[in-house]
Amino acid sequence: MTTPTATTGLIFNEPLLWEKSRDGRCGLSIPTSDVPSSPLDATLTTGGPNLPQLSEVDVTRHYTRLSQWNFGVDSGMYPLGSCTMKYNPKTNEVQAARPGFTTAHPMAAEQLTQGAMELMYNLEQDLGEITGMDAVTLQPAAGAHGELTGMLVIHAFHAKNGKQRSKIIIPDTAHGTNPASASLCGYESINIKSGENGILTPEAVAAVMDEDTAGIMITNPNTLGLFEENIQEIADIVHAKGGLVYGDGANMNAIMGIVQPGKIGIDVIHLNLHKTFSTPHGGGGPGSGPIGVVSKLAPFLPSPRISKTDKGYSWQFDCPDTIGRMLTFHGHFGILVRAYAYIRTMGKGLKLASQLAVLNANYIKAELRDTLALAYDRPCMHECVFSDKNQQPYHVTTLDMAKRLMDYGFHPPTVYFPLVVQGAIMIEPTETESKETIDEFIQAFKDIAKEAEETPELLQTAPNLPKVKRMDEVAAARKPCLCG
Amino acid sequence: MRYLPHTQEDITEMLKVTGHSSLEDLFSSIPESCRLKGDLDLPDALTEWELNDHMEGLAANMAATKVFIGAGSYRHHIPSALNYLLSRSEFATAYTPYQPEISQGTLQGIYEFQSMITEILGMDVATASHYDCGTALAEAMLIALKKKKKTKKVAVSALVHPHHRQIINTYLSPSGYELIEIPYNPDGTTDLSVLDAMEDVAAVAVQSPNFFGVIEDLTKVRAAADAKKALMVVSFTEALSYGLLKNPGSFGANLVCGEGQSFGISQSFGGPGLGILTGTKKLMRDLPGRLVGRAKDKDGKDGFVLTLSTREQHIRREKASSNICSNNGLNAMAAGMYLAFAGKKGLHELAVLNHDKAVFLKQTLEGAGFTAPFDTPFFNEFVLKAPPGFQARRKQLETEKGILAGLPLECYYPDLKDHYLFCATEVLSRQDIENLAKEVRP
Repeated sequence: MTTPTATTGLIFNEPLLWEKSRDGRCGLSIPTSDVPSSPLDATLTTGGPNLPQLSEVDVTRHYTRLSQWNFGVDSGMYPLGSCTMKYNPKTNEVQAARPGFTTAHPMAAEQLTQGAMELMYNLEQDLGEITGMDAVTLQPAAGAHGELTGMLVIHAFHAKNGKQRSKIIIPDTAHGTNPASASLCGYESINIKSGENGILTPEAVAAVMDEDTAGIMITNPNTLGLFEENIQEIADIVHAKGGLVYGDGANMNAIMGIVQPGKIGIDVIHLNLHKTFSTPHGGGGPGSGPIGVVSKLAPFLPSPRISKTDKGYSWQFDCPDTIGRMLTFHGHFGILVRAYAYIRTMGKGLKLASQLAVLNANYIKAELRDTLALAYDRPCMHECVFSDKNQQPYHVTTLDMAKRLMDYGFHPPTVYFPLVVQGAIMIEPTETESKETIDEFIQAFKDIAKEAEETPELLQTAPNLPKVKRMDEVAAARKPCLCG
Repeated sequence: MRYLPHTQEDITEMLKVTGHSSLEDLFSSIPESCRLKGDLDLPDALTEWELNDHMEGLAANMAATKVFIGAGSYRHHIPSALNYLLSRSEFATAYTPYQPEISQGTLQGIYEFQSMITEILGMDVATASHYDCGTALAEAMLIALKKKKKTKKVAVSALVHPHHRQIINTYLSPSGYELIEIPYNPDGTTDLSVLDAMEDVAAVAVQSPNFFGVIEDLTKVRAAADAKKALMVVSFTEALSYGLLKNPGSFGANLVCGEGQSFGISQSFGGPGLGILTGTKKLMRDLPGRLVGRAKDKDGKDGFVLTLSTREQHIRREKASSNICSNNGLNAMAAGMYLAFAGKKGLHELAVLNHDKAVFLKQTLEGAGFTAPFDTPFFNEFVLKAPPGFQARRKQLETEKGILAGLPLECYYPDLKDHYLFCATEVLSRQDIENLAKEVRP
């Protein structure tokens, strides 16, 4: 057994903010008033909410201690499948923090915001090139929001063509958001199964595609980490019946510079800038979910659209076929700056990033295939999916192994997803992990598999090193306590 | 490339293990016809220093200096300590806290955020965040429509931010739902009397302070919603106002949604902001998005987890009422930090100061020929009718000095020709305000 990278260190217990509160403390510098006092009618006001009272030192120490209980990409390898937890470059943060950007008012006149608009215009062009799409909107706030935007575009397209459709085809390897997004557009999900090798067959699509079906939502590479190699044939079947092909671009990190989805039959795609384009996940967001579309769908994109003229950049409000507005202002601009900084830093090197992401995943697949049961024995893209089949005889589950990985200093992979694989363990290393780190991860998994046979209780009681032991999520949901 | 750690030897060794002859060979499962011939047409890679120059150039081409508009995006001071703490990469580079044992920092921080938001708004439950106020409000409309299945309509005040009403329309129309606008009174409040004659609605929604900055009478909104057996929904764009105003929960609101950008989040050209979504206990299971709750570990030690996830899309799939997964978590953390710095005293004093500055700006502009169409209480925004010639002068100030002197309302409310929405916060000094008056005096 190797020495795990994780160990214990000095961390602190830290109470809730209000348990540290002392009347009269304040951690904010309040400007001195230089105008007369004009109190509002007392019937409208209160003395203010009862918030905790703390000094700047108290608050600083509070959040510093909290941060030490967290694991981030900067702490170690974070191989969450389908989440693309790559390194978040620090220069991106510097760029987004430039005062010209951070203080910009979204409703300021165009001539005062040309820099931000130029950046957005350039980013639209770059994302259009990477996806092979004719038009891009940066408005959606996150991947799921982009997906909803894309589905609304499809809905608007059919409405414009005079006949709305009622169904949408969704393969069983889809993200959970796909059916939820489709429902919001009033489409009934028609679920189809992928073939025995984890790949969707044209026959399965042809069997359900008809002229009342709006299209298909397809993730490529799919959530098993496999490239849907029948994509062009499937797109032809859907297009022949007047349908559209929605591409979930959550897994774009596998194919930058290798496949342009817009050139292989996909009509709409969303991107997750917080996955593929290196912006931080922030413990759950904010993300950004631009969508790209083929030219015939461009008129339906959210408004306003940005355009470039010889006088500079301007907002186009005159979009008669638009689905409307998706977000109050122009998208998550602060996130767009980071993604743009990344693309400008990588240039054509984006292709190498995808190649190395795929290399890392294939390497893990090759090295762990004798330890864990492989879900599908096919060439994988940027992630590989195993299961806990080999460990079941020892009463050790995927969850047990995931928790035990923490004791070895790794964030667990995505577990129990995709749903088509029972006890799934979905590993996406990304390109920014080195061979040494990946070797350590592989060794940790091998050691854990050995523990599963010899000392299964070590896994069943894991994790042992973190500040808290395994949390009882079932009891928490039974009697929810959501504020204090 | 400094983000890619692989040496040539690493690549060779790894390809040997995977059984591929080259990096290109890794993609042999992709049909030839799907593959891009040649390279992407992207600009050449920049060094860190070249990138700095390029970005500095873009950021310098942002010319606003003094901003007298809010309308959903407000300039407030942000403590240096906040951005410093927020940039700790344990917070910034973590994923959604699905593995609670190594995410307790995010989880406790969000739990504290939820708790302080419920205190500020007088509500029972706050979610871990939404994208922004407009999308949170659209979700609130969907909740109301789900609760009252036979109804296809919601009534929304015309004084809800125009962009928010546009978002609601985008979200509702594909499902055959309809937004009915409630007009406004001559005093700048919502004209609830028209609801009497209105057909059945699932929600009555107002913004307070509303788009004109005016504080709505929420007692009347509650009564109007009751008369319609509809949910009372209140939104707000200036979160700081509730450091001073009676909160919507105390008037019996069922759902309250808002924009939390004022709580320590930079304007950043409008995003990312912070969607706040809260409800009564009765609606807890109808709220979309993540919730953090208290829990115990197997040894009985206190901690936190994401909870009630059976409401969410990854479990309920097509039956989920919302598809949200990523929210604006780090901005919720920022807001939590801001509220911790400000505290009871700070938030209240700052809110009072904002109101005082706005009253001073209003009076000063009135002295410069502007007139007030409404005589109703406001927080830090208000509407003024401009004297002749202001339109051209405003344009001139904008282009020549980068001064944003009010937001023209005519494009949103055609009957309000020559009316402008102004805003003052604590960042504007008396001098700034007096200078503006000098500039705009006819």
